[in-house]
Amino acid sequence: MREIYNYFKTIFFALKSLWTGMKVTGAYFFKPWKIVTQQYPENREKLQMFERTKGELVMPHNEKNEHQCTGCGICEMNCPNGTIIVKTVINETPDGKKKKALDKYIYNLGMCTFCGLCVKTCPSDAIVFSNKFEHAVFNKNKLVKTLNKEGSTLKKRAE
Amino acid sequence: MNEEIILKEADEQEISINMGPQHPSTHGVLRLVLSLKGEMVQKVEPHCGYIHRGMEKMTESMTYQQIIHLTDRLDYLSAHMNNAAVCLAVEKALDIEVPERVKVIRTIMDELARIASHQLWWCSFGMDLGGLTCFFYGLRDREKILDIFEETTGSRLIQSYYCPGGLMADIHPNFQQKVKEFIKYFRKILPEYDELLSGNIIMMERAKGIGKMSKEEAISFGMTGPSGRGSGFSCDVRKHHPYHAYDKVKFNEVLRTEGDTYARYMVRMDEMRESMNIIEQLIDNIPDGDFAVKMKPIIKLPEGEYYQRVEAARGEFGVYIISKGEKNPYRMKFRSPNFSNLSALDALTRGHKIADLIAIGGSLDYVIPDIDR
Repeated sequence: MREIYNYFKTIFFALKSLWTGMKVTGAYFFKPWKIVTQQYPENREKLQMFERTKGELVMPHNEKNEHQCTGCGICEMNCPNGTIIVKTVINETPDGKKKKALDKYIYNLGMCTFCGLCVKTCPSDAIVFSNKFEHAVFNKNKLVKTLNKEGSTLKKRAE
Repeated sequence: MNEEIILKEADEQEISINMGPQHPSTHGVLRLVLSLKGEMVQKVEPHCGYIHRGMEKMTESMTYQQIIHLTDRLDYLSAHMNNAAVCLAVEKALDIEVPERVKVIRTIMDELARIASHQLWWCSFGMDLGGLTCFFYGLRDREKILDIFEETTGSRLIQSYYCPGGLMADIHPNFQQKVKEFIKYFRKILPEYDELLSGNIIMMERAKGIGKMSKEEAISFGMTGPSGRGSGFSCDVRKHHPYHAYDKVKFNEVLRTEGDTYARYMVRMDEMRESMNIIEQLIDNIPDGDFAVKMKPIIKLPEGEYYQRVEAARGEFGVYIISKGEKNPYRMKFRSPNFSNLSALDALTRGHKIADLIAIGGSLDYVIPDIDR
């Protein structure tokens, strides 16, 4: 008798526990406004990333095509993976002084681990992380980017 | 007649099969060589090293600031805690006292990461047992923590937010409000988790009494974290050797004595509540001050050996540094909790069915990059 009672008790308990679980999922079934799924590729225009999101490294240029990078190479030294290569040239100013200037700022996105050490250690705030996060390309070589624009110069300090 | 003999032979014969490296319920590339007798597991032999990246060797050619970004790639679900271990070891070696603000923010971040990690464990554990609903519910709530992380640190999973001497950036102005909103939301949602899985008959049948481990065994295997505390082994580093601001907050160390899969499950569920308690005590009174100590650009540790341990989401994580007075460590050793927990898998599964191996593995909650390093 006891066995039969226990048998039915187990069945009852099992059905009850399944019902409690079903109740939770059922509640969401009838409350579609509680669904938080985003329709990603469709909502690309409206998508807002947080301002600190580390998407990819960029070098901001102003309207006169000037950047703030002096080519000191501190970011290159601090990068743990060798993502950044700073190529400099030595220009001669009209009064005969030799001055180092940035020639090419090469950034390999495929090697970047987004640790943020380059941005943190940059003494002249020349590089920042942008919010662009869609990095997929068809060819690996396209991940190697030159960050300074063609013909850009160093921004002159306000005196 | 002939078939019967073959079946009988197959029952008595010990066969060995490979589970993994590409098996969804090993949570990564872990290869388990199983010796089976029928459906019963006789022996489990884990083969590690499929994603060995040589991190301990890599650290020898890196400065201490650069090492931070490697440690969050060990146990990516408790990235904050791993970073904290390295930072604390370096700060201890240099004898630096970080500001109170840093300590409190680090504590909050650690606990948020712990909740996020346990949420992901809960969804994957449910999915291992066949409950796909859990997976979506857990990920839905984890998303809110990841958003908080993204707003302040800039990344979602591997944040690299701590640095020797403090933090990489100050907290975002919205941080406190968002955390408070999340705690309020999650207090309401957590009973739903219990309704869905904790009280479920299928889950209880598969977890209760499965994979038992006594306290003595847990200690001798070095099982720490929720897996060890499920066996009654009091091993919470936060309680016994407080770091950050843990000595200022009140919280209980969750302990259970059953030592089975269900106990390990319940420890993690209760730890989420304890983590919320800790955050609630700290979130309203973050002291003002600097978010980092001014450090030299090149950190050189004095000659000597340093060890620092922290409580990561899966157990005790330790960092051992030998310095020869240079900017790079001479040798760095990581004591990862998952590696020790995995060593107990054989003892836990012996004599159980092959399906129970999945449940036990899920309750140990191993992260493979932390095992292989």
